[in-house]
Amino acid sequence: MLGKLTIDALPFYSWVAMGGAAVTVLCGLLFLGVITWLGAWRYVWKEWLTSVDHKRIGVMYVMLALAMLLRGFIDALMMRAQQAFALNSDGYLPPDHFDQIFSSHGTIMIFFMAMPFMTGLVNIVVPQQIGARDVAFPFLNSVSFWLTSAGAGLVMISLVIGTFSTAGWTGYPPYSGIAYSPDVGVDYWIWALLISGVGSTLTGINFVVTILKRRAPGMKLMRMPLFTWTALCSSILMIFAFPALTVVCSMLALDRLLGMHFFTNEAGGNMMNYINLFWIWGHPEVYILILPAFGVFSEVVATFSRKRLFGYRSLVYATAAIALLSFTVWLHHFFTMGSSASVNAFFGVATMIIAVPTGVKVFDWLFTMYRGRIEFTPPMLWTVGFIVTFVIGGMTGVLLALPPADYLMHNTTFLVAHFHNMLIPGVLFGFLAGYMYWFPKAFGFTLDERWGARSFWCWLVGFYLAFMPLYALGFMGMPRRMEHYNAPEWQPLLIVAALGAMVILLGIVCLIVQLIVSIRRRHETRELTGDPWNGRTLEWLTSSPPAPYNFAVLPRADEIDAFHEMRKRGVAYKRPKHYADIEMPKNTAVGILLGGLGFVLGFGVVWHIWWLALASLLGVAAALIARAFNDDTEFRISAAEVEEIENARYGALARAVPKSVDQPSTAAEPLPGSAA
Amino acid sequence: MKQQASTGRSLTQYLTGFVLALVLTAIPFAIVATGAAPRAQSLAVVTVAAVVQVFVHLWYFLHMNFSTTPRENILAFAFAAILILIMLGGSFWIMFDLHSRMR
Amino acid sequence: MTEAAAAASDAHSHSTPREEKAFGFWLYLMSDAIIFALLFATYVVMAGNVADAPPPHSQFDLTHVFAETMILLASSITFGFATVAIGTGRRPAVQLWLLVTFALGLGFVLMELTEFRSMIAAGAGPDQSGALSAFFTLVGTHGLHVSIGLVWILVMMAQVALKGLSVPVVSRLERLGLFWHFLDIIWIGIFSVVYLPGLIE
Repeated sequence: MLGKLTIDALPFYSWVAMGGAAVTVLCGLLFLGVITWLGAWRYVWKEWLTSVDHKRIGVMYVMLALAMLLRGFIDALMMRAQQAFALNSDGYLPPDHFDQIFSSHGTIMIFFMAMPFMTGLVNIVVPQQIGARDVAFPFLNSVSFWLTSAGAGLVMISLVIGTFSTAGWTGYPPYSGIAYSPDVGVDYWIWALLISGVGSTLTGINFVVTILKRRAPGMKLMRMPLFTWTALCSSILMIFAFPALTVVCSMLALDRLLGMHFFTNEAGGNMMNYINLFWIWGHPEVYILILPAFGVFSEVVATFSRKRLFGYRSLVYATAAIALLSFTVWLHHFFTMGSSASVNAFFGVATMIIAVPTGVKVFDWLFTMYRGRIEFTPPMLWTVGFIVTFVIGGMTGVLLALPPADYLMHNTTFLVAHFHNMLIPGVLFGFLAGYMYWFPKAFGFTLDERWGARSFWCWLVGFYLAFMPLYALGFMGMPRRMEHYNAPEWQPLLIVAALGAMVILLGIVCLIVQLIVSIRRRHETRELTGDPWNGRTLEWLTSSPPAPYNFAVLPRADEIDAFHEMRKRGVAYKRPKHYADIEMPKNTAVGILLGGLGFVLGFGVVWHIWWLALASLLGVAAALIARAFNDDTEFRISAAEVEEIENARYGALARAVPKSVDQPSTAAEPLPGSAA
Repeated sequence: MKQQASTGRSLTQYLTGFVLALVLTAIPFAIVATGAAPRAQSLAVVTVAAVVQVFVHLWYFLHMNFSTTPRENILAFAFAAILILIMLGGSFWIMFDLHSRMR
Repeated sequence: MTEAAAAASDAHSHSTPREEKAFGFWLYLMSDAIIFALLFATYVVMAGNVADAPPPHSQFDLTHVFAETMILLASSITFGFATVAIGTGRRPAVQLWLLVTFALGLGFVLMELTEFRSMIAAGAGPDQSGALSAFFTLVGTHGLHVSIGLVWILVMMAQVALKGLSVPVVSRLERLGLFWHFLDIIWIGIFSVVYLPGLIE
């Protein structure tokens, strides 16, 4: 009846694991309790959980990402603490538990922190940047979000019921095969990835169609804001790279469930093919994450240098070049597998070539800042911190791209330091910059700048303290993923790294404080103009938060930086003579239902509860078919309602900046937003 | 009139495609069934017939062409084709190279 | 620019939902093509990894594969007839051709299952060797797609019956057609990469 699920699945094997389970359950209960206490279930259900509005879905993605950031970071702290102590001793974590922690840390940070953070920002911003009212497929957007959440839910529940994978975030066989990992951990990992991977593929399709088909009149491709460009390239990569992850995870699942021999040691399995297929997805995935962050930096650097972005075309071409090249370098993740020198050399050279377009971008950002009137707001701080730190990571990357050098550093902490040096400044700093940059757009009030700056400095200093020692340790020969060690010369550096993690913890605390302080002061920092930063692109034309339809009348975009140009010509806030009815998609519970069924399906397969898996599969089919019969998926906002909302908007604008409304300003007069 | 253009497919188009597909299926099956040619030549014929038939299907059944198919669709197809070549070529190069080194 | 002109250019530059969906579905097919490409790559890489099991090609039967190929090709042309009937708005003809397509598709799936069953009975199941795992997964994934297509055909027949050839229904039928013809293309790959090379002496 319950498959492999017994009472032994509860984590009684160690106090630390039980503590983790208790904290997880308590946090979940606390979250539900707060909603109940506020009596907000109806509101949450009607306005958020069933919403198909891209802005709401985007906010939920970012909330998921921040929650998972906390979880993933706790994993990181625990690892750093273990390694700081574990010289000639077992530390406080048993090996099996330590292995679960580094596996879940990687899995969570890539799939359930970085991916949702990126998708969330893209969701909130891209439709507004291209002057659209919603994405092309709003319902699909909701499904994608709930499938991603289902995957995250599977990882979280593995803390409480059963164990998580011990095979690392890459899950290499034969260790991840059934012979060496007979418990459910790897299954949790597989099904979390498969289910959220479907969501990512659908997101990719959704945004490619949205960006190519829903741009405002006049917005040619070469007039799109750079964040939209990077979102487009990233979405294309999602469509074409995620199939590889789907294939490789499905094969591993077939090996484990049906006794097939794709990657087993015996009966003609070929585990090297796993590594090949995994990185066909894995390398583009790096760029799926990093390109949108580059887009954020491009927007931020132009806005806060008060200049047009330098080298727009070169940035676009560099983005496209990186997107294509990202499919030609995957072997550099396994130089040591034993390929001929010619194979290794080819992929090594291809890898180094990627440094060229990336370098172009760095110079473009620097030249944008050159002679600009730079304002060091928190988003700009993250950007500058990124540029400096990322270049170091890039250089160690070029070093690792040399196969002979890679042979020395492969699987050492040097590699760990390198990819954290790419992903923390390159991805996370970018998304945090985007979070602080677009927060006022999403919620209508600005985030506290002092706490933002404090968070930035803690993250930056903490990053250097935590990862520079790992470079040195890598040179000293320390392998990654060590539960304990007997080389006393490593310990001082590992203690420094642990201190660095503590400093990053302070940075996270500052982020939380910033959010609380800002929410409490929201009435003072209310953002009435829709444009707190004197921005340049169309998302700043809408109110903050935007009306459900974003734009009452679709804007025209005849130049790059369309909003800036409109302001210069004094037409940005020109009132239309009359409004028309607007058709918007209806909210639906089918998205959350499919996500829930996906979660149950995954859980059922993980524990071999076949009736449950089959029932949820049938449920998925039934929900999809029922949805296919529903042609009544839109509703109409009448012109009168639109006018009412817009009147309120123009009233607020007039209060904020009496002069800007309805009369052309004399020059490119900046709006005194609340940031000024 | 878009409706007409996208659904009003002509019967002759389908029938032409069908006949071509039949011929391009019959040739490789016949070669294999009769064993008329040596292995290498047979493989070449099978490959060529398959590639041509794929394009026949794309042209006559999926109605891909350079006049009515939206540009984005053709670009997406071309990009997918390039990536498939990269992935297949790369995988074969990597895996067979490893294979030969383990002999 | 007057507002009327602006509105007109709005209408011009924005695509219809139907075009958006057609393009989105096309992107899905491209993504699916990558899945199949990697399954093909794996089969080619693993075809020699037969271990102690019978090699996959020892189980192939040329007549059986030829019959499967013909059935699937016939289902492509019958779907084409349905599409032609949609263009002329003849609902009964649409239903008839969809039904014929369904029957042919079902026949194909049943033939494939027969082949799988006889292979498993002969000790050449997917758990016997890496080569057989790759064979069953590649061919089975195609069969799974065809089966999903069969369910989809039934759903569309119900929609045509209940809703008539309305714009959303026709738009869905168009995408179903893309899906169905796409699967036939994959099958060309399967018989040309898996079956025929295995059967060449």
